[in-house]
Amino acid sequence: MTATAKREKKNKSVYGDGPKEIAIETHTLVVMVQNEPGVLARVIGLFTGRGYNIESLTVAETNHEENTSRITIVCSGTPAVIEQIKAQLEQLIPVKRVRDLTVFGPHIERELALIKVAGTGEKRIEALRLADVFRAKPVDSTLESFIFEITGTTEKVDAFIDLMKPLGLVDVSRTGVAAISRGATTHDDK
Amino acid sequence: MSTKEAKNKATKTAAKTPSKMTGAEIVIKALIDQGVEVIFGYPGGAVLPIYDEIFKNSDKIKHVLVRQEGGALHAAEGYARSTGKVGCALVTSGPGATNAVTGLTDALLDSIPLICITGQVPTFLIGTDAFQEADTTGITRPCTKHNYLIKNADEVAETMHEAFHVARSGRPGPVIIDIPKDIQFAKGTYAPAKPVAQQSYRPKTEPNMAAIEAAVELMAQAKRPVFYTGGGVINAGPEASKLLRELAELTGFPVTSTLMGLGAFPAKDKKWLGMLGMHGTFEANWAMHDCDVMINIGARFDDRVTGRTDKFSPHSYKIHVDIDSSSINKNIPIDIPIVADAGLALKAMIDVWKARGYSADKPALTKWWDQIEGWRAKNCLAYKKDSKIIKPQYALERLRDKMAADPRDGYITTEVGQHQMWAAQFLPFNEPNRWMTSGGLGTMGYGLPAAIGTQIAHPEALVVDIAGEASILMNIQEMSCAVQYKTPVKIFILNNQWMGMVRQWQELLHGERYSNSYTESLPDFVKLAEAYGGVGLRATCVDELDGVIDEMLATDKVTIVDVLVDQKENCFPMIPSGKAHNEMILSPDAAAFDKSLV
Repeated sequence: MTATAKREKKNKSVYGDGPKEIAIETHTLVVMVQNEPGVLARVIGLFTGRGYNIESLTVAETNHEENTSRITIVCSGTPAVIEQIKAQLEQLIPVKRVRDLTVFGPHIERELALIKVAGTGEKRIEALRLADVFRAKPVDSTLESFIFEITGTTEKVDAFIDLMKPLGLVDVSRTGVAAISRGATTHDDK
Repeated sequence: MSTKEAKNKATKTAAKTPSKMTGAEIVIKALIDQGVEVIFGYPGGAVLPIYDEIFKNSDKIKHVLVRQEGGALHAAEGYARSTGKVGCALVTSGPGATNAVTGLTDALLDSIPLICITGQVPTFLIGTDAFQEADTTGITRPCTKHNYLIKNADEVAETMHEAFHVARSGRPGPVIIDIPKDIQFAKGTYAPAKPVAQQSYRPKTEPNMAAIEAAVELMAQAKRPVFYTGGGVINAGPEASKLLRELAELTGFPVTSTLMGLGAFPAKDKKWLGMLGMHGTFEANWAMHDCDVMINIGARFDDRVTGRTDKFSPHSYKIHVDIDSSSINKNIPIDIPIVADAGLALKAMIDVWKARGYSADKPALTKWWDQIEGWRAKNCLAYKKDSKIIKPQYALERLRDKMAADPRDGYITTEVGQHQMWAAQFLPFNEPNRWMTSGGLGTMGYGLPAAIGTQIAHPEALVVDIAGEASILMNIQEMSCAVQYKTPVKIFILNNQWMGMVRQWQELLHGERYSNSYTESLPDFVKLAEAYGGVGLRATCVDELDGVIDEMLATDKVTIVDVLVDQKENCFPMIPSGKAHNEMILSPDAAAFDKSLV
C-alpha cells in the first residue's frame, strides 16, 4: 500500500485530505520595499502566518534617497504556492514590487560566508591549499586558525564547507543569497 | 546657521503654516477632513488627549461610548457595511487594543473598511512593560490590512490620511493607527490629504480588456452559466449592484451569491437562486456543480462555499473577477482571471456584450432553466410546521412578512450560528448594504453592536438583530449603549437554549454526545431588557408570535424579543465539510446522514 493510500484510509476527518504531493520548486524572489520599521516583520510574518517555507532571506537598504530596501528571498513550494507567495507579498502596503528571478530568466546568485577553521600541521596547510582552489580569502589568522571569506553560489559555499569539516571547521556565518538579473535590463522591466 | 537666520526661517515657516497643533488636535482635524461623523470608542489613560479634543469638537464629531472595546469595532463594522463609508473606532492602549483584535480580524476577513485609533504608552516607555502597554502593531500585524505606529507629531496628519486611503481602496480592510501619548501632546504641523495619484499604494481597479472580451465571449457561448457573486459587489458600491442586475437581465443567467453578497441581486427576481454553500439552497449548489461557465464576481471561493475542492464544479470554465490578485487561484484554479473592481468589470462586460451584439444561447438556456426549476421544485427550505411549538423558520417567515408591511427601510444584522443561516435562507434582501453578518470569522456577539452602528447611521430605519440566546450574551453589555443613544434596535432571539449549530454538529457528527452545548441558567431576557431600560417581550407558542412581533415593531425603544423555538430543529439543507456540492443533504435525508464521518 502506498503512503498516500494509507493516509486516505486512516483519515476520517470531515475536512478530508490535504493536497496531494506535487513537485516542489525553489524560486528566488526580489522584493523591493519601503524601508520603514516593521517591514521585515510583515514579510516574515506572511511566510509564518500562511505556512510558506523560506530557505534564505537577505535584506539591506539599496537606495537611500528613495528609502528603498531590497529583500532577496529564496523560497520553496509547489508552483501554486509560489504564485500565492508572490500575490500575497504584493498585497503588503510597503511592498513596491515583487519579481521572480527564477521566472524572469538568467540571473546571478551569490552568497558570502565567513568560515573559521582551527588546526595545526598538515591539516592547516591542506585547508589553506583548498581555500586557494576555491578562491577563498584568509581574512584572519592565528597560529592555529584561519577565517576564510568565500563568495559564490550556494552550492560552491556548501562544497567548501563540506571540505573544511574534516580539516577543523569550527564556525560558519553566511549571508544568504543576493541575486540580480543578467544583462542590461533590470527586474523593473517586465 | 546663525541664530538670526534660524529665527527668520522660523517666522517664515510660521507664516506659511498657520500654527502648530498638538498630535491630538491633528487626529481630530484629520478625522473631520476625512468626513468622519461618528466614532465608536472607549476612553482610557493613553487616549485622554484625543478624548479631550473630542469633548471640544463634539459639535463636529459624534462619539458613541460602547461598553467594551470589542463592541466599538463591531459597531464601526455595522456602520461601515450599512453606509459604504469607513467605520471609525477609538480605544486605549493595552487591553483596549487587545479587546479590539477580534473586531479587526472580523473586518479583515469580511473586507470591511475600518480605522481604529489606539492609544499607546509614551514613546520613551515603549518596550519597558509599562502599565497598559501592549505591542499593538506587533499583535495586529496579521489581523489588519496595515498598521502604523506614529513616533513623530509631524507624521500624524499624513499617516491618518494615508490610513483612510489604505482602508477604503483596493480590497477594503481594517487599519490601526497606534499613537503614543507623548505624540498626542507634542506639537506638529497639519497637512491635508494627498491626492490619490500621489499615494504610494495604488491598487489596480481597471480590468484588463482582453480578459473581459475573452470572458464575455465565453459567456455568450455558455449553455449552463451561473453568476456566483460575493461581498466584492457590495464593496464596489450601489452602482455595482445595479450593473449586476443589468448584466443578469441582459444575459438571462441565473444568479447565486455568498453570505456576504446577499442584497446585491434582488431576492424577488426570478433569476435568483438563493444563497449557495454549506447551508445554501439545493438549486444554487447544484447549478454551481453542473454549470459549464461560472462567473465569479467578487467572491473568494471560501471553503464554506466550495465544499470539497477537488470535486468543486468539475465541468466548468471559471471566470473570476476580484480586486485582490492573491484571491485568484488561491483555492480553485481559474481559467480567466480578472483583477479589477467589481463595478468596473461589470460595466466593461456589459459594454462588450452590447458592442459585439452578443446574445445568450436561448435554447440551451431554456433547457438549463428547466433543470434549475426541477431542483427548485425540491423546495429545499421546507420544514415541518407545528401548530403550537414555534419553528425558528416560521418565526423568521412571520418577521419577514411583518417587516415587508412596515414602511421603514429594513436592516438586518445577525450573530453567528443556526439563526444566522436561517436568516440568510428565509429573509429576502433586495438592496445592498441591508445585511450585516460576520461571514469569514464567524464572530458570535457581532450582531448587537453592529445593529447599534447601523441604527446610528440610519436613525429612521428599522434595524433588527437576529440572534441566538448564546451569541447575544457575548456582547449583551451593549444594551446599555443602545439605551444611552436611544438607538431602537430590535433583538430577535431565536431561543432554543442550545448553541444550535454546535448541537447540530454533535448530533450529526459526534454520536449525539452533546458536550457543553446546552446553556443552563440563562437569564430571563424580558427582565434583562427591562433592567437595561429597554422593552422585553416573549413568545412561547405560535399564537403569541404575531402579537409580539407587532408590539416589537410598534415600540420606539430598544427591544429584546425572546422567541422560544423548537429546541431540536436543525438547519438544512447542508453540505457536510469535505463533501461536494452534489452531495448535499436535505432535511428529510437527515436520517441517512453519514455518521461515520467523525
